[in-house]
Amino acid sequence: MADAAIDPREFLPPDEPVHLLDPDGTYHEDPEHPVDLDDAGLRELYRLMLVTRKVDREAINLQRQGQLGVYASCMGQEAAQVGSAYALAEEDWIFPSYRELGAALVRQVDAAGLLHLYRGTWLSDHDPYKHHFGLMSIPIGTQALHATGFAMGARLDNNPIVTMTYFGDGGTSEGDPHEAMTFAGVMKSPVIFFVQNNQYAISVPLEKQTAAPTLAHKAVGYGLPGRRCDGNDVLATYAVTKKAVDRARAGEGPTFIEALTYRMEAHTTSDDPSRYRTQAELDEAATTDPIARMRNFLQQRDLYDSELEDAVEEQAKEVATYVRAGIYDAPHGDPMELFEHVYVDPTGYFEGQREQLRAELDANGEG
Amino acid sequence: MAITMAQAINQALHDAMSEDERVLVFGEDVGRLGGVFRVTDKLQENFSEDRCFDTPLAESGIIGTAIGLAMYGFRPVPEMQFDGFTYPAFEQIVSHLAKMPNRSRGTVKLPVTIRIPYGGGIGAVEHHSESPEAYWAHTAGLKVFTPGTPEDAYSMMRAAIAMDDPVIFLEPKRRYWMKSDTELPVETEPPHKAVVRREGSDVSVFCYGPMVRTAMEAAEAAADEGWSLEVVDLRSLSPLDTPTMLASVERTGRAIVVHEAAQTLGMGAEIAARIQEQAFYSLEAPVLRATGYDTPYPPAKLEEFWLPDVDRILDMVERSLSY
Repeated sequence: MADAAIDPREFLPPDEPVHLLDPDGTYHEDPEHPVDLDDAGLRELYRLMLVTRKVDREAINLQRQGQLGVYASCMGQEAAQVGSAYALAEEDWIFPSYRELGAALVRQVDAAGLLHLYRGTWLSDHDPYKHHFGLMSIPIGTQALHATGFAMGARLDNNPIVTMTYFGDGGTSEGDPHEAMTFAGVMKSPVIFFVQNNQYAISVPLEKQTAAPTLAHKAVGYGLPGRRCDGNDVLATYAVTKKAVDRARAGEGPTFIEALTYRMEAHTTSDDPSRYRTQAELDEAATTDPIARMRNFLQQRDLYDSELEDAVEEQAKEVATYVRAGIYDAPHGDPMELFEHVYVDPTGYFEGQREQLRAELDANGEG
Repeated sequence: MAITMAQAINQALHDAMSEDERVLVFGEDVGRLGGVFRVTDKLQENFSEDRCFDTPLAESGIIGTAIGLAMYGFRPVPEMQFDGFTYPAFEQIVSHLAKMPNRSRGTVKLPVTIRIPYGGGIGAVEHHSESPEAYWAHTAGLKVFTPGTPEDAYSMMRAAIAMDDPVIFLEPKRRYWMKSDTELPVETEPPHKAVVRREGSDVSVFCYGPMVRTAMEAAEAAADEGWSLEVVDLRSLSPLDTPTMLASVERTGRAIVVHEAAQTLGMGAEIAARIQEQAFYSLEAPVLRATGYDTPYPPAKLEEFWLPDVDRILDMVERSLSY
């Protein structure tokens, strides 16, 4: 028997998304969503967003110069990623899609290493166990199940960690997030489904993706609270996620968060968005830029001065330079490595094939 | 003591769970019911609902969460209730379970053993009798095991769970009730080794899973005709034990592959290719196949006409010997 005592209204998203910062930086206090950060923390959110944008830009440049095969930009989504990832504790895990540069930088994943996937030198470069950050996942929404399974494991192990997975508005149409939320709801797993609604799945706009009133309304069907926030407001994404994290850690189960944002760049560098959206729409979206908004807020609080500006700009430049140095002309490894990691115990595999590749390499003078 | 294959697998799960608390069994109806074939009988009762649990009815969810649990440090043994219901999980198996260890350069290990009752011969309704082994064997990163005897069912299951690689464990459901006089625990050959079940000198018959018994029966019948068949139980479909296959063909000069799965691009195609590549000069005849037909699995009343049986194997033997 389903639990008739559950009042579905407690899972319904509120009428308005949580919004704490106006574009001009004006802060609206919301007692339901306190921002428990000191001045250093507030500055750190800004720094992380700015570094994300610079590295993101550098990656686009590297692709234009033929250094990356393709790149999926997160420009415009910095607040959604940085605010949410910053709300987790270090021991909590993140299960990203392929667009989560901002979340990766919060986790101090090597930014140059992340781009090896896009350069094609290897498929992943970081140690997930060191950063508590899963491998970037390209098949849409599939990582939601890994986050849920990991959270189920933590719960079985009485380990009070929380997991969070990112997917997008398009991802909410896939089967795996549906199954993940079904499992998480039943098992009360400590997992947060953080949806960056950036309005487009490549070219397909949200209204062709779903007939749901909002994406957050879908949560009700799984017995999860559906929450919404202004995804370009880093204090809102932080505070809403923090609340969900505290809830999960307290054993009260999963939460679905829809962050309303906008993908300022193309889907990937291979995409041509002029075929499906107008410059006017883009100009309008630019007025809600998450980084300018946080800078305005810091200025109003006297937390922003030329010293901070210089330091952050300098650091962002440094990271971008580091990324460029790490990825530019980066060589692939020994082709023989292709056989190295397929199996822990490769007994009985690749007979003749290793030797064949070895011989081809030798014949081409590449051994 | 006579035990069935289903009991042997149940005991293997029980013993693995006793020895290692990281082993988890889950899937549809595996808990309170003990599985539709009772293979997980009493595991929940003996080990708690944390270690053996029912999941929502969602195969991709079962495998996707198994991956997350394995990343956390557990050794999941999820069940797919029937062969024909593995397809919703295909993406998680092929895109993540098989690839993630490689993508992570070995940093992530996924010791997941997926149990799948497979094959026909029990008069089941549509989608309950399929042989999807070639999909898994074609996928790099997976190991694919299938036992043909209760002893192997026990021993290979224990080995699969103890491995750090993902394993697709195909259980021949028509042999669940097959009995053997044996004491458990039992340890047989390592799973990647093929085993010669019956020695013979005229034709090598390569088989696995449900067809091992059929091939043994065929060998018995062939002896009446004066033909000596060597029956090789492959046991592992990935990796394939090529050296054992070649050694047998070098002895007999003739080879037949038997499987329930449809013929085109089935395991027989790969086995035939390996034999002709590596034992060409030992062959007295082309490698022949006794398999299911290239049609969808038939309705129950027609399966006897579709499934390879003793007669189909003997026809191939005769053809092979005619060269």
